[in-house]
Amino acid sequence: MQNRHFDVAVIGGGIVGTAVVRELSRYTLRSVLIEKEAEVGWGTTKANSGIVHAGFHDKPGTNKAKYCVPGNALYPALCQELDVNFRQNGIFMVARTDEEAELLHTYLEQGRENGVPGIRLVNAEEAVALEPNLTKDTKAALDAPSGGVVAPFELATALMENAEDNGAELLTETRVEDIAWDGTSFTIQTNRGSVTASHIINAAGLFADRIAAMVDDTSFSIVPRKGEEYLMDKAMGDIVERTIFPVPTGWTKGVLVIPTVDGNLMIGPTGETIERRDDMATTAEGFAQVYQNVKTLVEGIDPSKVIAPFAGIRAASDRGDFVIEPSSVCPAMIHAAGMESPGLTAAPAIALDVVRMLQDQVALTKKPDFRPRRRPVVRFHQLSREEQAGLIEQDARYGRIVCRCETVTEAEVIDAVKRGGRTIDGIKFRVRAGAGRCQGGFCMPLVMKILSRELGIPMQEVSKRGGETYQLKAAAKQFLTVEEAVQ
Amino acid sequence: MKTIKTDIAVIGGGPAGLAAALAAKEQGAALVTILERNEELGGILQQCIHHGFGLHRYSQELTGPEYAQRFIDEVETSDIDVHLETMVLEITQDRVVYAMNAKDGMMRIEAGAVVLGMGCRERTRGALRIPGHRPAGVLTAGAAQRFVNIDGYIPGKEAVILGSGDIGLIMARRFTLEGAQVNAVVEIMPYAAGLTRNVVQCLDDFGIPLKLRSTVVHIHGQERLEGVTIAEVDDSWNPVAGTEQYVPCDTLLLSVGLIPENELSLQAGVEMDAVTGGPLVDHRMMTTVAGVFACGNVLHVHDVVDYVSEEAEVAGSAASAWLQSEKTQVPDVTVKAGEGVRYVLPQSIDSRGEAKLFLRVTQPQENVVLDIGGLFQLKQRVVRPSEMIQVKLSRKILEKLDSNAITISVAQEVKAVG
Ligand SMILES: Cc1cc2nc3c(=O)[nH]c(=O)nc-3n(C[C@H](O)[C@H](O)[C@H](O)COP(=O)(O)OP(=O)(O)OC[C@H]3O[C@@H](n4cnc5c(N)ncnc54)[C@H](O)[C@@H]3O)c2cc1C
Repeated sequence: MQNRHFDVAVIGGGIVGTAVVRELSRYTLRSVLIEKEAEVGWGTTKANSGIVHAGFHDKPGTNKAKYCVPGNALYPALCQELDVNFRQNGIFMVARTDEEAELLHTYLEQGRENGVPGIRLVNAEEAVALEPNLTKDTKAALDAPSGGVVAPFELATALMENAEDNGAELLTETRVEDIAWDGTSFTIQTNRGSVTASHIINAAGLFADRIAAMVDDTSFSIVPRKGEEYLMDKAMGDIVERTIFPVPTGWTKGVLVIPTVDGNLMIGPTGETIERRDDMATTAEGFAQVYQNVKTLVEGIDPSKVIAPFAGIRAASDRGDFVIEPSSVCPAMIHAAGMESPGLTAAPAIALDVVRMLQDQVALTKKPDFRPRRRPVVRFHQLSREEQAGLIEQDARYGRIVCRCETVTEAEVIDAVKRGGRTIDGIKFRVRAGAGRCQGGFCMPLVMKILSRELGIPMQEVSKRGGETYQLKAAAKQFLTVEEAVQ
Repeated sequence: MKTIKTDIAVIGGGPAGLAAALAAKEQGAALVTILERNEELGGILQQCIHHGFGLHRYSQELTGPEYAQRFIDEVETSDIDVHLETMVLEITQDRVVYAMNAKDGMMRIEAGAVVLGMGCRERTRGALRIPGHRPAGVLTAGAAQRFVNIDGYIPGKEAVILGSGDIGLIMARRFTLEGAQVNAVVEIMPYAAGLTRNVVQCLDDFGIPLKLRSTVVHIHGQERLEGVTIAEVDDSWNPVAGTEQYVPCDTLLLSVGLIPENELSLQAGVEMDAVTGGPLVDHRMMTTVAGVFACGNVLHVHDVVDYVSEEAEVAGSAASAWLQSEKTQVPDVTVKAGEGVRYVLPQSIDSRGEAKLFLRVTQPQENVVLDIGGLFQLKQRVVRPSEMIQVKLSRKILEKLDSNAITISVAQEVKAVG
């Protein structure tokens, strides 16, 4: 990679970075995305609620309000173009007391001002008719039908894949360590050599303030805030149709009941300011808090149905808002930072605006042959028996199930490797092998074998998610001395 | 899509499925079909290369694969139809089974009767919600067993095992024999979950400490596991502050329970028992859906395979008998778990025949009597939740029954004075 020059380098392959690089790939530019992890999407993008917010939470005049509603509006078409699962299931903000019911009016007004389509108040009777598992305490609800759910990791990988199809480059396991600006171009120092770029988009999530500081821009800093989430078995997936929010009492949107796009139920998140940017531990207190809260919203959530607890870290800025602007110190670097919620929702709109900011600095020409669509993804479990039968006839690898909980075939796992999957988690997040109730107990060895075979690496080098996350330390017997082995 | 007709479709070719298929054949079923997702028959026994199978049935200590092979040989010399690498996707209420493999594609199998023998899966870290980070090196004992015994890899060098289920105990020994170190087996209950003989042969003989009334309260490590914090628990299983202890390890094996795999059964409309996690069955091992039978670990988790085979034989031959005449042997008595009993199977029986009950107690106890619905009492020197108890009810005894329910309970033995 030494000394290669790019017109634009995007630092960070989260939802924001991948949305930006895909937008850039519409133009005749040499662009690259630099990501420190083994695959894109492994920062905050992997670990969040997956909600495409309607946009009534954000105070008018903030960047959050500015980008949330337009971002939401871009989602249906974007997910269709890229063949990513998206469901516009709607959002209910539920009032459990008369006081809260009063507050709903404020959010209704705020939503209207932000341009949230179709937002309205519903009384208790209608709310419970529409969502029969709401608790008896339900007093009223704010209905925002434009809210949706998406698989954020899948979207980030789809954006990256499409950008690469259109000529953008991806450098993974490449950590930006230093940046020098000589007045016309940046020299970007990484753990794997350096590249130069005329412009930088800073989409480094939790580390965006450090990237800014590399060009002496200290205009914002990141205040990490952890959120624990608890993913539940699909048996719980139908308990609600809409995503259920409480009326916020403090800084965050509160603890939610989320029917995920994949058909699971998820409850969370918590909101806790933390010291370390790598503190993604879940806690007993976190679960207790989540469960106590959701119980007051929805009846019948069975805590024994949790299959995967996880935590994500919101990369909030000390301004309390998104930082979407050219650096005041070095304007050739454009920040897309401070991306707490609704960052996932806002990302497509932010990407458009970042490109517009770039156009203020340099003329961009559209590629005549930009291909907006991604090669369609086969999701075996979503097909009818006849369609499944047809696929197996075409390709016997569809006849071999790798993941039994989620009905994922060998052909789909191989396709995920072709599309950039390099690790056990990468496969899991792409095709859901290992994402089900047994959490990879049965399919992990099979997925590892496929990765080992397709990538041409030994089993011991197949990792959970890059770095030192190897699952197998050695071949059997390797820890024995010769005498022991002979015995 | 291929359509196949069969008399008995057996879902799963583990010990339960194998014995059920053979018994169905014996009982006169013409067409018996085994559907198995693995590439060979034998189920989980194929990775259980240790000794200890077949003590009851053959009075011999066989390895898992040896035990399985006895049944596989019999199946292979019969005309039972075996489909390997075949995944069952769906079972309908009227016994249509959708299954697929690479060779035959999608199959629609119309079965006269269905025997469920899908086995169980292991509880995971997620289900326990063990706090902490999510590094590599945390896996179920069964997955580790497969890596070591089948694939030929050892997951790590220094392990802690959470849960003292049998697979965990066996893996403690396996790891040790592979040259890895096992720092502790941690069990939340005041007694081991696995069989006593496994505690002795797998832990005691190798000096591996068993920490009872303790659990893992934190998992450390960003990339590969670095260690766990363990702590003692109080009577309501909450960690006791101040008892935390850090134990370094690169591998955490979980042996914290098995869950019958009943997703297909639920699809077919089979009703479940909340305690066993398996279907409600009668003395024929027939579920609440007519013509659908269940046996083995999909029905309830067994400690020894010999009983699985026995139970599966009941299911297999009853399925075949039911096909021949649906009206035979309808149950008329319900069986209930009383004081000190966690569950009893089957949940209903036929008082005009004889019956065999399988039960587990709630806690270990010495010198107790089992009260069998007031019909008779059985003295037991020791009872343990890990060890399933069998009770035979003869025709003569059942004749004495004058109610439509039997409750089984445990009572502390009353010492006769003098
Ligand atoms: C618990 C939780 C719930 C949330 N729920 C929602 C929701 O429901 N809806 C919603 O809209 N938003 C939600 N959010 C917010 C949303 O997840 C984020 O706004 C969004 O994912 C941020 O994306 P990003 O691309 O900015 O950051 P990231 O996904 O963190 O991407 C940044 C990337 O930069 C890389 N990087 C960092 N430093 C370097 C370096 N030096 N060199 C190379 N690469 C580097 C990182 O590895 C990472 O991949 C939630 C957040 C949390 C924590």
